Amino acid sequence: MSDPQTNNPGTNPNPADKPQTGVTANPAPTPAAVTAKPAAAAPPKPAAKPAVKTKERRGFLYAMFGTAIGIAWTTMTASLGLMTLGTVRFLFPNVLAEPPSKIKVGFADSYEDGKVVERYKDQHAWIVRRKDEKFGDIIYALSTTCTHLGCTPNWLEREQKFKCPCHGSGFYITGINFEGPAPRPLERWAVSIGDDGQIVVDMSKKFQQERGEWSNPESFIKV
Amino acid sequence: MSVGDFIRNSQVWKSIFRHPAPRDRRNRVVVMLTNVFLHLHPVSVRKSGIALSYTWCMGGLTFFMFLELTVTGVLLMFYYRPTLEHAYNDILILRDVATLGILRELHRWGAHAMVITIWLHMYRVFLTGSYKPPREFNWGVGVILLVLTLLLSFTGYLLPWDQLAIWAITVGSNMARATPFLGYEGPGATFLKVGDVSLIHSGSDARFILLGGRFVSGETLLRFYVLHCVAIPLAVAVLIAVHFWRVRKDGGISGPL
Repeated sequence: MSDPQTNNPGTNPNPADKPQTGVTANPAPTPAAVTAKPAAAAPPKPAAKPAVKTKERRGFLYAMFGTAIGIAWTTMTASLGLMTLGTVRFLFPNVLAEPPSKIKVGFADSYEDGKVVERYKDQHAWIVRRKDEKFGDIIYALSTTCTHLGCTPNWLEREQKFKCPCHGSGFYITGINFEGPAPRPLERWAVSIGDDGQIVVDMSKKFQQERGEWSNPESFIKV
Repeated sequence: MSVGDFIRNSQVWKSIFRHPAPRDRRNRVVVMLTNVFLHLHPVSVRKSGIALSYTWCMGGLTFFMFLELTVTGVLLMFYYRPTLEHAYNDILILRDVATLGILRELHRWGAHAMVITIWLHMYRVFLTGSYKPPREFNWGVGVILLVLTLLLSFTGYLLPWDQLAIWAITVGSNMARATPFLGYEGPGATFLKVGDVSLIHSGSDARFILLGGRFVSGETLLRFYVLHCVAIPLAVAVLIAVHFWRVRKDGGISGPL
């Protein structure tokens, strides 16, 4: 910022604007030379260099890994970052004490038509056998989780409906929602016949009626 | 020499209390600044700082409730075990059998009271314009403290392990699975994936890490216990320090706008 009229390099009114680093500021302003180079922590030692090498290329990598302070900061940041990631990973459990997701629920002929079996309700499944309009005589497993906010409905035999005690959602024996705040029908678990002939309910797979998934043969057993 | 003088001149006394009791301004400052507990306080406050009509003392009451909850909470920890077999029964023991088991109620009422005083405090700060510059950062710190207090209430609610607790936390934590990108039922759940396999599923999303499982279980109880008793109180303590410090540095309590 020399005064263009004179030959004196003008006093720089804002010396702090220059990219000064650890180098003690040279008060005589040489704006072109200082702003051309990217910030570096240590100046080169031209006298000690072997004649073959050109001037050392200073840049981001040098600042990070070529200088002692750069190594220190980089190591600190990297280890803090790794420790944070490690902490987050630590908080995801690898071992879960959960009940098995596949359960055996007996043979198909032991199920009465038009009845809801509550024996496996604690394991989150109702087993229902009924004559479906489209698929005929079928057995399916309904999830015991209300589709509103996750409470467990009760099966009311006399009124032939599932009724959730939390907010009053009501579902027919088919699982279709018809009253209360539930937005969609109860979900079905995957059912199949196991090797020993028993019905196996697989609660790692679910089928939702509103997506048309109840037509999937894995969601019911044809009796 | 009186007994008092004898004690006050003894080596034991002088090793604990390095300076005589405050008698003038300079000595008062010295005593304050050389005591770890006293030096946290300002040496002096404006008279308007203790005027109830200015502050309602709600901030101070909130802090007092926090201290009460900490003390009662620590005492309750001697009788409560955060496991599936013991949690519910331990609360019953506290209620029916333990001496002064009313501490459990004091803890719960204190929690309600603290939330109420926080809201009144925020209301007062708003009405007196004490959120305006230079105090706007402190308002932000206060909002974070509010959220942490509500989280303390949320995590503490699960600990009695009764029906109310389990279902409330089930419903509350089900929201986490709808988080964008980080919840397995939220928008963008399949965004983070390696090849064809989504990294975010019911066993790896934000709700999973909160509950320590795929539904509210023993792991959740332990996790919420640690959050409630250690992790969140530590964060609250640090932010309270920041909050009080900023009050002083931004112009003092009941200072002019």
